[in-house]
Amino acid sequence: MPTIVVEVMPKAELLDPAGKAVAGALARLGHTSFTNVRIGKRFELTVEGPVTDATLAEAQKIAEEILSNQVIEDVTAVFEAK
Amino acid sequence: MRIGVITFPGSLDDRDASRAISLAGAEPVALWHGEHDLHNVDAIVLPGGFSYGDYLRCGAIASHSPIMAEVIDAANKGLPVLGICNGFQMLVEAHLLPGGLIRNDHGKFVRRDQVIRVENNTSAWTTDFAAGEEIVIPLKNGEGGYIASDETLKQLEGDGLVAFRYMGVNPNGSMNDIAGLTNARGNVVGLMPHPEHAVEPGFGPDTATRMQSGTDGLAIFQSILSATVLS
Repeated sequence: MPTIVVEVMPKAELLDPAGKAVAGALARLGHTSFTNVRIGKRFELTVEGPVTDATLAEAQKIAEEILSNQVIEDVTAVFEAK
Repeated sequence: MRIGVITFPGSLDDRDASRAISLAGAEPVALWHGEHDLHNVDAIVLPGGFSYGDYLRCGAIASHSPIMAEVIDAANKGLPVLGICNGFQMLVEAHLLPGGLIRNDHGKFVRRDQVIRVENNTSAWTTDFAAGEEIVIPLKNGEGGYIASDETLKQLEGDGLVAFRYMGVNPNGSMNDIAGLTNARGNVVGLMPHPEHAVEPGFGPDTATRMQSGTDGLAIFQSILSATVLS
């Protein structure tokens, strides 16, 4: 089925406590190559029929208005899954 | 006076809020998230809990539930609305109050009897407090860190819209120690701590005189009666 992917990340300037907790766990496990972890969200929207400019635009709109909260998050990607 | 308490899937403190309303001397009215009917109530409480399991973001799905269309419309016309904890999260998701609430900076759920200071005693829900009064009510949340842009914070502080501020410790990393806000009109108030859990002797926070005797939260529900009588 045609699918549109939406990716949402916490705003870069904000503390991401969940990511920080994972980074702490990685350090404890000896994975010292990684200095930081940030956790975001990936949504997969299954589309009725083919993906068009209109469905992409609609996905962009709901990404900004519902799937993310623009006060604390950024929509980092909206694209058709290949 | 009839005060509606809306139950969402995952609400936990709706019955506590109803009991607080009764103890304050008003009539609680149970409202359901799936309706488009406020049943002519004189004020509304959005209770605490974990509506929709906190999926998507805390309060986000609830803020789009059917009854919220009526709540947002009524709030914009001046109907008093109080959001407690998850209800506060719904108010920011519905853009009735500015900013956002994110996971506590220390990453842990926190439950404590919290001292907060009443910074604005002119809102519909705070008139029975003295300005600057310090009260103790329970706090219990995992995602109570208040954040807003520098510009929004400046405006909130400049316009006196910070309703409550954490004292002693900042329990969740909230910017400017903000525990609760009011809108400019004073009818919409949201806060993370739970006034409805400090309304009856024997079931509230400890005080200097007796265990569990704290009832500082009751004045929030009494304020709305005073405010409505005045207006």
